[in-house]
Amino acid sequence: MFILETKPKEELEKLLKPGVCVIKCIGCREISLPEEKIEELLKNLELDAKDVLAVDYLCNADFTKSRLLKYKSEIDKCNSILVFSCGVGLQVLAGMLEEKSAVQGLNTIYISGRGLAPSDYDCDQCGECLLNLTGGICPVTQCSKGLLNGPCGGAKNGKCEISKDLDCAWEKIYKKLEASGRLDSYFRKMKVRDYSKALAKPKQPV
Amino acid sequence: MKLTELIKKKNFVVTSEIGPPKGWQVEHHLDEAKKYFAGIVDAVNVTDNQSSVMRFGSLATCHMLKDRGMEPVFQVTCRDRNRLALQSDILSAAGLGIENLLLLTGDHPKLGDHPGSKPVFDLDSVSLTHAVRQMESGVDLAGNKLDGDPPKFCKGAVVSPCAEPLEPQLMKMEKKINAGTEFFQTQAVYEPEKFARFMEKIKGWNVPVLVGIVILKSVGMAKFMNENVAGVFVPDPLIEELRKDKEKTKSGQTGVEIAARLIKEMKSMCQGVHIMPLGWDQHVPAILDAAGL
Ligand code: SF4
Ligand code: SF4
Repeated sequence: MFILETKPKEELEKLLKPGVCVIKCIGCREISLPEEKIEELLKNLELDAKDVLAVDYLCNADFTKSRLLKYKSEIDKCNSILVFSCGVGLQVLAGMLEEKSAVQGLNTIYISGRGLAPSDYDCDQCGECLLNLTGGICPVTQCSKGLLNGPCGGAKNGKCEISKDLDCAWEKIYKKLEASGRLDSYFRKMKVRDYSKALAKPKQPV
Repeated sequence: MKLTELIKKKNFVVTSEIGPPKGWQVEHHLDEAKKYFAGIVDAVNVTDNQSSVMRFGSLATCHMLKDRGMEPVFQVTCRDRNRLALQSDILSAAGLGIENLLLLTGDHPKLGDHPGSKPVFDLDSVSLTHAVRQMESGVDLAGNKLDGDPPKFCKGAVVSPCAEPLEPQLMKMEKKINAGTEFFQTQAVYEPEKFARFMEKIKGWNVPVLVGIVILKSVGMAKFMNENVAGVFVPDPLIEELRKDKEKTKSGQTGVEIAARLIKEMKSMCQGVHIMPLGWDQHVPAILDAAGL
């Protein structure tokens, strides 16, 4: 059971540059990818998306690495990558892209199990995916305090205040955004998490 | 009185802080604060379950300080209260006549004496500041109207001028200012050159900064901070100074001299000083005296 909803058009418009390559993760399609909503969104965005790539299991790093090789020419020539996957899938992909940013087109509200393939990344199904603002690094699951507005000031030598074995997620986010020239995108906004979104999860497995 | 008004009036303000005890008998702590701070310190911060160790409450302590004629700064962290409790406590503070707030994210509970407790962090320093500003405009964070006159506070926050890298700190500082922060108290500074560079970078923001001073008690403490405390670096010459005369260091004299020297060096760069004595309250008067304040 997956519950994924498409992000509002206005949020995506600001992030996409003409020349978009769309990647749809169909790994779990049999369960639920809001296909119709995605089509509708793509139409509304008036994207001239020539390349719509369907891949399976973005959450699996080996699969994703081989797909990136296979579709290298499409990805090299596009200016933006719009991805429809759960939060884990986008984090895996974003971790492999250096300059290009992957724009998440969906909010992950519920995934039973964390991505179907075992992954180093986690998604807490917050229902208002922030990866587009944080360089594809999830602050909800990777920051020990789940902070949304930047580092807490407790990091020392790049490590989180709770353990020298954990990287500070916010220092990673800062570096990633700086490297890709996107610092503005995040730091201008103030975010308050809406927990009612996450509560939309079904209580019983369906 | 609001700290921002004090800064306007006095040019240079002095704040210090107390940490409430792990127990309910606070009288002795309040007497100490009165003895060492009254008359020479403009306002006294009260820490909120400092280092995630459960203690007597900050709000009650602030109220008691006020009763004794001192100006409290109510420290509020997001570690153990959600947005309902935070806003409720802040309204309560207004009802008790408390005017100054220091709004913080707070340490993770894993670092304290209840490591198994639930980390809340429903809000953080930025969104909490925003929530207070909302209340000052007559509505709560969710937009519901407040009864009667809205509360009015002076909202403070913290920043680490010597953190490496500094840029994420500056970004966060800017976010806090945009959310409504009116003054900053800093993490402990032992490197005046770094502080000068920091002040130069934030010049355009025109926000008052109170430089943070932690009294150095021993070589061990300095080394511990260098290893473990974010954004704090005690340079080697200071550690050497502490090592040189063991008796003098033990008596607190070395720490007092270093603190006074740091204040003198940085006084002209900022709008005030925030002295964190960490239990050495009795040395605060000597520091201020030696610093010429
Ligand atoms: S921001 Fe939210 S939806 Fe996106 S990966 Fe993190 S927890 Fe999942
Ligand atoms: S140190 Fe970094 S990862 Fe750890 S709680 Fe603070 S911001 Fe989050």
